[in-house]
Amino acid sequence: MLKAVCLREVRLAARRPADALSGLVFFVMVGSLFPLALGPDSALLRQIAPGVMWVAALLAVLLGQHRLFESDWADGSLEQWVLAQAALPLLVGIKVAAQWLIAVLPLLIAAPLLGWQYGMDNASIAVLLAALALGTPSLSLLAALGAALTLGLRGQLLLTLVVLPLSIPILIFGSHAVTQAQLGLAAEPALSLLGACLCLALLVTPWAIAQALRLALE
Amino acid sequence: MGGVAFSSLHLAVSGWGCVRNGRVLFRQLAFELASGQALVLKGRNGAGKSTLLRSLAGLLPWRAGALSWGGQSVRTSDAAYQQQLAYLGHQAGMSDALTGLENLQFALAMGGIAWNPAQAAPVLHALALNEVASRPLGRLSQGQRRRLGLARVVLSERPVWLLDEPDSSLDDAGGACLGQVLAAHLAAGGMAVVATHHGLALPQALTRTLDLSAPREATC
Amino acid sequence: MNKPLTDFSRAWRWRQLASPPVFYQWAGRVWPWLAGLALLLAAAGLWVGFLLAPTDSQQGEVYRIIFLHVPAAWMSMFIYLVAALHAGLGLVYKTRLSPLLARALAPTGAVFTVIALWTGAAWGKPTWGAWWVWDARLTSELILLFLYLGYLGVVSAIEDSQRADSAGAIVLLAGVVNIPIIYFSVQWWSTLHQGATIRWDAAPSMTHSMLAGMLLMALACWAYSLAVALVRTRCLILERAQEERL
Repeated sequence: MLKAVCLREVRLAARRPADALSGLVFFVMVGSLFPLALGPDSALLRQIAPGVMWVAALLAVLLGQHRLFESDWADGSLEQWVLAQAALPLLVGIKVAAQWLIAVLPLLIAAPLLGWQYGMDNASIAVLLAALALGTPSLSLLAALGAALTLGLRGQLLLTLVVLPLSIPILIFGSHAVTQAQLGLAAEPALSLLGACLCLALLVTPWAIAQALRLALE
Repeated sequence: MGGVAFSSLHLAVSGWGCVRNGRVLFRQLAFELASGQALVLKGRNGAGKSTLLRSLAGLLPWRAGALSWGGQSVRTSDAAYQQQLAYLGHQAGMSDALTGLENLQFALAMGGIAWNPAQAAPVLHALALNEVASRPLGRLSQGQRRRLGLARVVLSERPVWLLDEPDSSLDDAGGACLGQVLAAHLAAGGMAVVATHHGLALPQALTRTLDLSAPREATC
Repeated sequence: MNKPLTDFSRAWRWRQLASPPVFYQWAGRVWPWLAGLALLLAAAGLWVGFLLAPTDSQQGEVYRIIFLHVPAAWMSMFIYLVAALHAGLGLVYKTRLSPLLARALAPTGAVFTVIALWTGAAWGKPTWGAWWVWDARLTSELILLFLYLGYLGVVSAIEDSQRADSAGAIVLLAGVVNIPIIYFSVQWWSTLHQGATIRWDAAPSMTHSMLAGMLLMALACWAYSLAVALVRTRCLILERAQEERL
């Protein structure tokens, strides 16, 4: 069953590549806009790099997840998910994981390119990748929770309003980790905090998303 | 078509009620259904046919009433009860971007059934889906999508069918297919709750009718 | 009659409050008293704080904002916890009154959060020269405000009242993790905000009159919150009574 879910997500992404790539395109675009707008002052760029990367990653994740459940809800397949044999939190977790692999993993591949554009050194980029790898799954889970809660309601603003307060700590820790690396200090504490957030998110959010989906179908 | 037979089953609902948008649609609804019987839900639009079907499927919470399966009282969230159901709603329940076959394979996998082309072929043939099953769902007409949904229900090997207007968008040939498929299911010992405007081409002895347009309390 | 019967009936009467009509009557009788109590306590607290307490050796007269800032901050956290508790009870036990209590408490909590942030900024400017710093406690208090706004947004955007209650409960419960962060942030990170002066395990390190003023204001805020929440709950009970029930 889990293989079937992954296979379906991959097939859907392959047939509708625009959905899957929109996050990546957004990330690269936002990351490239800042140097254009702020000028080529390399010291300034290096300083703002962690923050810009993380905000771009957060927005890219939020942008993509809005559509996570929308199409399934519209064509009725969400009802079949709720009626399936496996537990809904498990199915939801697999779906979000598959979406992360398809839509968010490309961000990790694009991040070093952006990092070099901002003049970051290799050690910082390594920490950036580690931080993104730990933080973006939590962000995906939170965005999925927001999408499930606001399913069927018009307007994306409510989704953002619900998800943003919970994702701010991850933003702060992630950006802090990279800043520490840039200053030559240890980034492990911040990375551990990101890992803790991920553990908490993995424990709690699939159940909450399943509850929210059942509510949306009522 | 399909070699699945079901042993004697019994479904009973008592005291069911529903509230939609702050208005009580129904109070104290009761019915019983045994193996080989079909319950036909009739009523005007908005009478609550879909609501009853969704409540039976476990998609809507029960705010009143009791459900019993095989003589034992259950809740719609119990796994033992859920595994007996196959639900076909208003929409196809399948993704537009995948082909019919891929959708069926996925739906069966969700129900824990392995895909067996030999078993599926007669069902697809009976529902006249052989040519269209390998096309993406988004390119099919409404009637073809409905028949694919029916194919999913048939292949799921579940005893209780909950069908919400399965005959909508079907032409005469499609309606005949639906009648055949339902009759075969009932003959094999299954049961069905079907909401329809037009009525089904089934023997009178096998069907019971519940009219939801009648005064707000009804038993059958 | 006999003592055992009276004890039993008193406990039974408290349980009856879970029913909206009974709660409606009870709240209607109780809230004016709470409002009056709030006024009295606030008057006493402000008098103690602004007239009785001595001038601070380090900060001068500006420190008196503490009598608004600290009680508001306490209430913002406490109200969130109580609202989350009621929302959770409503989600799990499907009680009728609990989601209404959560909806009634949330706006007051948001107001106190705004007061805490605003008075904090007003205090920060003369003392440290900055209206705002992004340290852990201030940031997490700001997150608390967004959590309140998110909850209020969700419950007002969803039209079906039961779906709105449950969705709002999920939002509130998801944000509960923020409260310990706010409280312990001054211990876990080195922040600009001062550490806890009032602790459970040691004597407070401020003069008695300052402490008395703060506690009086805290009790006043608590009484005010209760009064306002009761009035709001009564309005919500009337609104819900318009919807039919099985």
